[in-house]
Amino acid sequence: MTEIFGIPIQAFMGQLMLGLVNGSFYAMLSLGLAVIFGMLNIINFAHGALYMAGAMLAWMGLNYFGIGYWWSLLLAPLGVGIVGIVVERSMLQWLYKLDHLYGLLLTFGLALILEGLFRDLYGVSGLPYSIPEEFVGAYNLGFMFLPKYRAWVILASLLVCFATWFFIEKTPLGAYLRAATENPRLTQAFGINVPLMVMLTYGFGVALAGFAGVLAAPAMQVSPLMGSNLIIVVFAVVVIGGMGSILGSIVTGLGLGVIEGLTKVFYPEASSTVVFIIMAIVLLVRPAGLFGREK
Amino acid sequence: MKRRLMSVLVGAAMVSLAGAPAYAQKAVKLSGDMVKIGVLTDMSGVYSDLGGQGSVTAAQMAIDDFKAQAKPSWKIELVYADHQNKADVGSNKAREWYDTQGVDMITDALNSAVALAVSKVTLEKKRVLIDTGAASTRLTNEDCSPNTVHYVYDTYALANGPGKAITKQGKDSWFFLTADYAFGHSLEKDTSDAVKANGGKVVGAVRHPLNASDFSSFLLQAQSSKAKVVGLANAGGDTINSIKAANEFGLTKSQTIVGLLTTIIDIHALGLPTTQGMMFTEGFYWNLNSETREWSRRFFGKHKKMPSMLHAGTYSAVMTYLKAVQATGTDEADAVMKQLKATTINDFFAKGGKIREDGRMVHDMYLVEVKKPAESTEPWDYYHIKAVIPANEAFQPMSLSRCPLVKK
Repeated sequence: MTEIFGIPIQAFMGQLMLGLVNGSFYAMLSLGLAVIFGMLNIINFAHGALYMAGAMLAWMGLNYFGIGYWWSLLLAPLGVGIVGIVVERSMLQWLYKLDHLYGLLLTFGLALILEGLFRDLYGVSGLPYSIPEEFVGAYNLGFMFLPKYRAWVILASLLVCFATWFFIEKTPLGAYLRAATENPRLTQAFGINVPLMVMLTYGFGVALAGFAGVLAAPAMQVSPLMGSNLIIVVFAVVVIGGMGSILGSIVTGLGLGVIEGLTKVFYPEASSTVVFIIMAIVLLVRPAGLFGREK
Repeated sequence: MKRRLMSVLVGAAMVSLAGAPAYAQKAVKLSGDMVKIGVLTDMSGVYSDLGGQGSVTAAQMAIDDFKAQAKPSWKIELVYADHQNKADVGSNKAREWYDTQGVDMITDALNSAVALAVSKVTLEKKRVLIDTGAASTRLTNEDCSPNTVHYVYDTYALANGPGKAITKQGKDSWFFLTADYAFGHSLEKDTSDAVKANGGKVVGAVRHPLNASDFSSFLLQAQSSKAKVVGLANAGGDTINSIKAANEFGLTKSQTIVGLLTTIIDIHALGLPTTQGMMFTEGFYWNLNSETREWSRRFFGKHKKMPSMLHAGTYSAVMTYLKAVQATGTDEADAVMKQLKATTINDFFAKGGKIREDGRMVHDMYLVEVKKPAESTEPWDYYHIKAVIPANEAFQPMSLSRCPLVKK
């Protein structure tokens, strides 16, 4: 059998594929973070908790109201987005003028409250959410056995990431958004409602987290801790990609997923650390991140 | 020594004065005028459903029941803390409890790394640790202590049941998915030993970090190993996520998944459709007999979940400890430990349980198989009991002990 670095090529390809699946989650979450940081200058520590909330909402919808997976995919992000808008209007908007630290502390506090709330209600072991019927089963790719659901995760996240990038970089509304980021006062002078745009941006950013949460629900255990396990890595992804860079967060998200996946084969013990090692190296060489611009 | 003598004399005088039932009158000489019990557990992390608040509830039930039955003249207080699964946090808390709060006994102490650290502090401070949560056999072997009791289960007991039974069924090649810390390594080693002793072989293992968010990679390696059995040497959320991914990647079709520390909490979280047919060892099951059902339903009333073996064990441990304090009339560790080791534990949790010289409490364990969804008649009705593993077979025999306290 052909081997790469002593690993059979089939196993190697399989790990690449799985790295892509995990990378899709990193990409979607770091994208939301990047959008929020870019527009609001807020380091949104509540992102992981809102991702968890997305999955939890999907579970609650299914078990209390009989709402299926597809509707959850639409409704749960919407719910999370509305929560985000309420948070932005009632709390975050007072912090834009202050140091980053205040936004970080506020959102971190919110994350703890949200996680504590769900932990109190449901415990930490989590709740079962089964894979929608359309996706039961797997494709035999020759080199591996890829569950249909995982394939769908890659597809869905790539679509969402591309749509977001297209919207912000290529449409007039996206151009207003970018203008509002560069110079809010001047943009407002042109008659554009900047506070409204900021509010919607935050709502959209966290809705992305909620969407990722619903996608994760059938693949991972729905549990109050699912967000906090992931969020630290996602922050590292954002830092590596460059704070606020949209394309950067997508590419690094996918890339780091793959690197992490391969580490799991070569030296599994280090798989939870490899991302941070890369982060340290990137910060030494390019402090603004791979795709970031120095301000 | 002189003080002990005095207290016995005073006690004798009081008994003869009052002439009432001895248990209520025995002079009890306590540090700080009360018995203080500390539940040191994971209150919010991956193991908090296994122990956590449930252990606090169980300990409180034991104290309440003891007060109602024995009507002690002394006060009993319960404190609890979150060790966050960190050995340093756990040992600092234990030190603080022993030094400044007058805690006499610590229980639960799940997570082997924490347990080993707390056991050392307990020995140094001359108190008692009745560990109901940790799994590592090191607690009663290399790191055994005259002040530590290991109460509910250990990796030997967990490993031996399935390691023997499943290997003998002809499923003789194993691959391990191991949590990369003291507990996981210990579990992997003990199971490997059992597998090899019964003619099987271990084809490989992969070590994953605690709280890994995704297990599909590791399972893929397990799949390509072509082993007949994939042993999950992890616990809590890690086990749950491993089983879920194993189902998704179709491992369950070609390989047998064996949870080496799987409890009813995991089965409840995953549901029967995902877990049916899995086999593992448990130290307790609520639906064993009328006695276990009676206590478990009472526990359910307070905690809204059926007890794990840790919860039941914590109740039993606290009760046994309080009875030992009552019997010896002191909370001084050496005397209580001597009494504990002389006691036969007979309650809903253990029948004829004995605490050995090395600190191991031996009692029957159960090899269970998860029911099919159709076979389950009520909520939490999850297991077929495939075998009762008698106390003397369930735990590591004294002849293999690596504990320096054991005289050979």
